[in-house]
Amino acid sequence: MKMCRPCGDFSLKSRIRRIAGIALLALALPFPAPASLGGDMTTVQADQVRMQGTLRSTSTQAYTVHEIQAPNGVAVREFVSPAGKVFGVAWQGTTQPDLRQVLGTYFDQFTQAVQAERSRHPGHGPLSIQTPGLVVQLGGHTRAFAGKAYVPQMMPAGVRAEEIR
Amino acid sequence: MNRDTVRAFLALTLIAVVGSVVGCGSGGSTSNPPPPPGSNVQPIVVNAGPAGASLGSNFNSVNVAFTSVTLCVPGSTTKCQTIDGILVDTGSTGFRVLSSALTLTLPQQKDSSKNPIAECLPFVSSTVWGSVKTADLTITGEAASSLPIQVIGDPNFPTIPSACTIFGPPQDDLASFGANGIIGIGVFGQDCGGGCATSGASNPGLYYTCPPTGCVVTTESLAEQLQNPVILFAGDNNGSLIVLPSVSAPEATVSGSLIFGIGTRSNNGLGSATVLTVDPSLGNFSTTFNGQTFTDAGFIDSGSAAIFFLDSGTTGIPECADAPSFYCPPSIIKNLMATNVGTNGANASVSFDVDNADSLLSNVNNSAVPNLGGPFSGNFDFGLPFFFGRTVFTAVEGKNTPGGAGPYQAY
Repeated sequence: MKMCRPCGDFSLKSRIRRIAGIALLALALPFPAPASLGGDMTTVQADQVRMQGTLRSTSTQAYTVHEIQAPNGVAVREFVSPAGKVFGVAWQGTTQPDLRQVLGTYFDQFTQAVQAERSRHPGHGPLSIQTPGLVVQLGGHTRAFAGKAYVPQMMPAGVRAEEIR
Repeated sequence: MNRDTVRAFLALTLIAVVGSVVGCGSGGSTSNPPPPPGSNVQPIVVNAGPAGASLGSNFNSVNVAFTSVTLCVPGSTTKCQTIDGILVDTGSTGFRVLSSALTLTLPQQKDSSKNPIAECLPFVSSTVWGSVKTADLTITGEAASSLPIQVIGDPNFPTIPSACTIFGPPQDDLASFGANGIIGIGVFGQDCGGGCATSGASNPGLYYTCPPTGCVVTTESLAEQLQNPVILFAGDNNGSLIVLPSVSAPEATVSGSLIFGIGTRSNNGLGSATVLTVDPSLGNFSTTFNGQTFTDAGFIDSGSAAIFFLDSGTTGIPECADAPSFYCPPSIIKNLMATNVGTNGANASVSFDVDNADSLLSNVNNSAVPNLGGPFSGNFDFGLPFFFGRTVFTAVEGKNTPGGAGPYQAY
């Protein structure tokens, strides 16, 4: 999927194709934005305000996706369960998002896992972390980054990890 | 392998490569302008890297192409230092060196208020923080004068701003960075671009000005940003190509060449390579795999250790139980087929194999490892194993070549 700055019609079309059959809920501001990974809808709008972004939300039966497109070239998609919990996040853009914000309370766990993974296993490039309570995958190159994170225990029934992107 | 051994090896390789170029490269086309003086061929080596770069106690570097460069104080021919163990990276832009590897005193870049400039650059899972300085860089016969570079882990800028901790943990020493420095020769001319030259919300916040009160995000003009060294060369400045031999099984050392210019001399023509122009914003092409197209999601990156693509759920290839960054199929999977499609509509297929990473990495003395794969959900990162047995071209944005204008990658 194209994620560029600014995001144009092509991006929208491809997204609509990909989520065919999904109801398009809202395209305009203002709209309550979800919180960081593991958070809930009570701390809404914080991410959107911090990213100074525009919001688009789409829903399936299993979850709602809130996508924040920030003017700095980063798009963050937050996956919210019917229970109102952010169980997954995905991002793409010309720079990394604020991972401290996106991962929320999981950021320190993420940082420790990155350092442990890099010290145990060789190599530069994309990195995957799988701990019992947190899965993170990230990669890219300068001026094009992509990644995702999710909490396996919070995934709604029937949702596959590949859907978080 | 210690540093002297690496240096001696690089010197021998240089002699061998220069010799072969002189031997076969003398019959250039008469329609081309005379080539600029000096060699455009720089030896590279995939090996264990500089001593102390092992990423942990169990592994040497894996699939990292190293080279050496010479830095001089701008304008000086005597205040110079040759630094080896420099990672060759088509996935980033700009030259960066660890403070611990730098003995020269280089001039600090300053803003209009005479405050020093520093940079916070996100890599994939980490951050590098350090001052922006200026140096004359020489690599083989090519020179980039007054090149803005980054000194990672500069002790004069010890405090990483809190806003620079949002991309992940810092990589600021040899053990964590895995190289003495990095030469980014990707498709972009600058490491940030227009976003960093403007103030406000569209600025991604990579460049900082550092008055005594502390470092804060600032704007940085295109010319002041870290530059792709290639575009500052007098000639051969439209791109580069990397040549590495085929590698059928893991080896300790594999040597190859980094050749500057595309179609500027008799030794750097595109030949039969397919030009895949890339998205000018992201630097990516599209990739088709098993009938599904991943738009703007593919790139070729010598700085990635494996071919990272999709995920276990999509490919059916299991990740390693103890190393989820790599795939561990029970046995080698041969002839996976992807087709890369440029924004120009040109396409070039890739056939590649993925073997069990645990087996491939079982001998820690092997640093050139073919068939190493790993997940990168929804994307295709053709890392160093892709380069084995290929000639891979990287043309810089806005630069003309016989294959058209950059940005593009070609193979």
